[in-house]
Amino acid sequence: MCTVCGCGTSKIEDGHTHNHDHDHSHDHSHHHHHHGDMHFGENDAGVSVPGMDEKRIIAIEQDILGKNDHLAAHNRDHFKAAGIFALNLVSSPGSGKTTLLTRTIEDLKSDLPIAVIEGDQQTANDADRIRATGVAALQVNTGKGCHLDADMIAQAIHRMEMPNDGVMFIENVGNLVCPAAFDLGEAHKVAILSVTEGEDKPIKYPDMFAAADIMILTKIDLLPYLNFDVAACMDYARRVNPDLKIFQLSSTNGEGLEAWYDWIKSGVATAKS
Amino acid sequence: MHELSLTQGVLDILEDYAKQNDFKRVKTVWLEIGKLSHVQPEAMTFCFDTVMKDSIADGAKLIIIETPGQAICVDCGTQTEITSRIAECPDCGSYKLHVSGGDEMRVKELEVE
Ligand SMILES: Nc1nc2c(ncn2[C@@H]2O[C@H](COP(=O)(O)OP(=O)(O)OP(=O)(O)O)[C@@H](O)[C@H]2O)c(=O)[nH]1
Ligand SMILES: [Mg+2]
Ligand SMILES: [Zn+2]
Repeated sequence: MCTVCGCGTSKIEDGHTHNHDHDHSHDHSHHHHHHGDMHFGENDAGVSVPGMDEKRIIAIEQDILGKNDHLAAHNRDHFKAAGIFALNLVSSPGSGKTTLLTRTIEDLKSDLPIAVIEGDQQTANDADRIRATGVAALQVNTGKGCHLDADMIAQAIHRMEMPNDGVMFIENVGNLVCPAAFDLGEAHKVAILSVTEGEDKPIKYPDMFAAADIMILTKIDLLPYLNFDVAACMDYARRVNPDLKIFQLSSTNGEGLEAWYDWIKSGVATAKS
Repeated sequence: MHELSLTQGVLDILEDYAKQNDFKRVKTVWLEIGKLSHVQPEAMTFCFDTVMKDSIADGAKLIIIETPGQAICVDCGTQTEITSRIAECPDCGSYKLHVSGGDEMRVKELEVE
């Protein structure tokens, strides 16, 4: 039983049961009515037809991600209650998530409480890199898993000291596909794209750029050495998601970091409300 | 391959239902999968038999109903059917399309006994 909302571990709405003639083919009959109650066949009045091999159709209408989304809503409540601004950082492997985090932490840790949840399939390397800054980090190894889910975050936040009235960074597994589907309870999903990856990433992996509401174009210190069209990249990104907010920065030379920091600070200021 | 965890999510839903409703076996599972959702139907079909093995839905048949992507153009208000998130408005050519449907991933119905 959940202590926040008093619900059970899973929440299931009532299904409507309809009995069926065995020989009736469902494939044809179940296409047309897609709202609320469903009625199959002609004389279907909810009458039970007894029989050993009785077959029934149950309309259940459950979101496959319902459980995850429910847990994510709890995480969101926890973060809100503690005034924590939670960010879910997603990118392909090696885009520069951990480097941006360590730099951001060094620059902001005297102003704000910060903690990090690190998701990787294997190793505690990234959590070690974060801890070297003096900030608390919890490593979540997903094994074969290609993404973090809300349950992993729920377990993590009960196991670590929370950065009350500060920032919780969640570094997702490096993967531009799977983490798009899983809400963790964050305030924002931040997609990080480095200029060495090519400007057409947003249209090659549109689901991620549609799921995110923030995009960070990073490693811009490398632009002089590359043929990377920044305007085209932003155009592609906004094609997928017209409302995307975009930052351009370099974690190495510090260019563009101020705007990112200002945005984080204003997020923390409103996290409680 | 997140379809594997999503398919496990389907099994969780089936098992929860079996506890609350009086059935022993799931014979058929209908999923409604939007064209713009995070599921590749082929990938889900690929995992399905393996995930359901030795469960109440061992050997169950999977039927995926694909629903079309739908969007509204922010610039001209046209409602249109789209097949990807990088589509443009057929009327004015704008890329500012807001997705209004076709991103669902739902267990719709079960045939049980
Ligand atoms: N020039 C330059 N290099 C960078 C920048 N940010 C990161 N890098 C380099 O990019 C490489 C990968 O950086 P990480 O921060 O480990 O990337 P990541 O996204 O955390 O990688 P995974 O956790 O493995 O997915 C490292 O060699 C960094 O030094 C940047 O702004 N400019
Ligand atoms: Mg990393
Ligand atoms: Zn239009």
